[in-house]
Amino acid sequence: MTNAFASVAQVRDGLKKINYLADDGIAGVVYLAQRLGKPVLIEGPAGTGKTQLAKSVAELTGARLIRLQCYEGLDESKALYEWNYKKQLLRIQADKASDSWSEVHDDIFSNEFLLTRPLLEAISAPDPVVLLIDEVDRVEVETEALLLEVLSEYQVSIPELGTITAKQIPMVFLTSNNTRELSEALKRRCLYLHVDYPDMEREKEIVLAKVPDISANLADQIARIVRSIRQLDLKKAPSVSETLDWARTLILLGVDHIDAEQAKETLHVLLKYQTDIAKAAKELSVDE
Amino acid sequence: MPVIDLMSGFVGELRRAGLPVSLTENLDAMEAVKVIPIEDREAFKYALGATLVKNSSHWRVFETIFEVYFSLRGSQYNIVDPSEEQADEFWRDEQDQAQLGQGEGRGAGGGGLEALTPEELANMLMRALMQGDQAMMRALARQSVARFAGMEPGRPVGGTYYLYRTLRNLDLDNMLAKLMEAGKASSQRETTSLEQRLAKDEYEMRIEQFKKEVEAEIRRRLVADRGAEAMAKTLRKPLPEDVEFMHASREEMQSLKKALFPLTRKLAARLARKRRHGRKGPLDFRNTVRHSLSYGGVPAEPKFKYPRPAKPELMVVADISGSVAAFARFTLMLVYAIQSQFSKVRSFVFIDGIDEVTKHFRATEDIQEAIHKVNTEADVVWVDGHSDYGHAFEVFWERYGKDINPKTTVLLLGDARNNYHASQSWVVKEMRKHARHVYWLNPEPRSYWNTGDSIVGEYGGHTDGVYECRNLRQLEGFVEKLV
Repeated sequence: MTNAFASVAQVRDGLKKINYLADDGIAGVVYLAQRLGKPVLIEGPAGTGKTQLAKSVAELTGARLIRLQCYEGLDESKALYEWNYKKQLLRIQADKASDSWSEVHDDIFSNEFLLTRPLLEAISAPDPVVLLIDEVDRVEVETEALLLEVLSEYQVSIPELGTITAKQIPMVFLTSNNTRELSEALKRRCLYLHVDYPDMEREKEIVLAKVPDISANLADQIARIVRSIRQLDLKKAPSVSETLDWARTLILLGVDHIDAEQAKETLHVLLKYQTDIAKAAKELSVDE
Repeated sequence: MPVIDLMSGFVGELRRAGLPVSLTENLDAMEAVKVIPIEDREAFKYALGATLVKNSSHWRVFETIFEVYFSLRGSQYNIVDPSEEQADEFWRDEQDQAQLGQGEGRGAGGGGLEALTPEELANMLMRALMQGDQAMMRALARQSVARFAGMEPGRPVGGTYYLYRTLRNLDLDNMLAKLMEAGKASSQRETTSLEQRLAKDEYEMRIEQFKKEVEAEIRRRLVADRGAEAMAKTLRKPLPEDVEFMHASREEMQSLKKALFPLTRKLAARLARKRRHGRKGPLDFRNTVRHSLSYGGVPAEPKFKYPRPAKPELMVVADISGSVAAFARFTLMLVYAIQSQFSKVRSFVFIDGIDEVTKHFRATEDIQEAIHKVNTEADVVWVDGHSDYGHAFEVFWERYGKDINPKTTVLLLGDARNNYHASQSWVVKEMRKHARHVYWLNPEPRSYWNTGDSIVGEYGGHTDGVYECRNLRQLEGFVEKLV
């Protein structure tokens, strides 16, 4: 790849320039992934910037992002490739008389009639690409097997055409919300990165970077309160994206110093369960 | 020692700790080590982590072993430490500069800290905690270990003993209150309750961080004394899913609780999926004919009936006396977290009396709160508050026996240590006659069964199976089987 990283620090600084604040772990794994040519499996709670990482790396390396959104019932015709059946039919009907059978047969199973899907597209792309396989935990265990050949050998076998091998090794990111245990085979082929909620300092930086016109003071307060809330025993802890929403809400309301009352009134931006909101409101206004 | 030898010892220890490290992963780690120099310890740790640890709940174990094996290598091991791992880079830069300044100062007057009186040391610690001065905290942690832990080479004492000694001398328990006082005094105006709360969280975190520093320092010294292999062995702790319910420490309980929630989510997702993707049933004639209309009456697309297995009704009858209480709590939590997989869940708790606690779970969405209510409000003591399975079962049968029907699955939880009371095992026999299944879950190791006053065999003979449920892994396995 042309834009190879030279060091971990370079990855981190590069990501920072495009407003993605990576910690040492994230930057280290991205660097390692590129050097070893291995896919990265990113796990972690929702809303901590897993998908964003892939996008940011694509932006940083100037590569094209190819995204495969996983869902239940995803199959190889949606993930790998599919024969363009209608076009094949037209081809056969177009010159019924002239061609012999064997010619037609060879002809209709050529590249022209192949519809590439994200995985094959990433493999056969001539330009640098970043492949993002999003929410891989949503597909069934059996479907995971489709990914294995692509992830370990960077090739796709098509019975009619032979094996298509990657012209260059793309960077691959898989994200998972951890709703089920992924298979050992898949995990073994990947580098593993657990992205958790950022610590307070990093969260503050993120708020400062992503929310325009916010004062350092307010960002600091927001990060502190969010940290305290995350320590509570909640159904769903606030994610980074919810922190950002909250920060924007407070800006819109013209708040520059949060007191307990304002915090309580805007908690619903941060928390999505009634029981959680009640609990947090109670905790934040203790010892009156 | 060359890196490769070190690595094989390290990977061996990971495997002994229960982490599933495969050969390919080991090779990947070797590749990674080539790319990332060992001197950059933080990046090195993440490189190993990314290649060897594929489950976030194993990270803590990995980290401990890493500390043991690599804490003495790398020139700047004293700059980085676990509590700092997610630090933002700006902040880190500042830290490093501060560290440099500190280092020079300390280098020049190395005896500076050692010459302090204990009072001065305590004051310095308080100041460092107050300002969140990382470098100072680290230096103080080192100093306090040297001074208070009383470590002697070759002494066969675990790290916890030294930790306890050090922390006791520092009086950290009162530190929080003192910090809060000082914080209040130093601010000019009246602080609001919210601000106080936030300050308290901040100080608590710093104290926690300081404790970690002390712990890491003790570990470093122990490793230097005894060698990495021996140390790793004494530090070996079970993975969260292997922690035994009956012997879990408070800290382990905490991590168990944390592990339980994602586990239930996974379990629920898996069970729901299993239910939907059951094997295909017989041909659905009506549906096939309906779909044949779009093919001009040709039944080109056969449709099948999907079997819809009825969801079981569940009755959980749990012993909540002393040692097995934790187990009962976890099972109830797990069952209620996936209650959508059952058509109805009723729960009963007993010691020597029995009480139905279903209403507590129904009243609130918060399982923790419900469990708390069960512990405080359930009427479970009949005579003396010692387990009496016989009496509890008898009363259960009298009051609720008629509610058991062929759809019901009954779960009996407990160690069946009956204090030599009458067993009344006929109740279990009757249950089995009326219910779909009766299972017994026992949190004791199988080898303890039927020893002393345990009469699990006597009850077990009348059930559809007695299962050993000592840890989350076994509990999860059983619940999956149940649905």
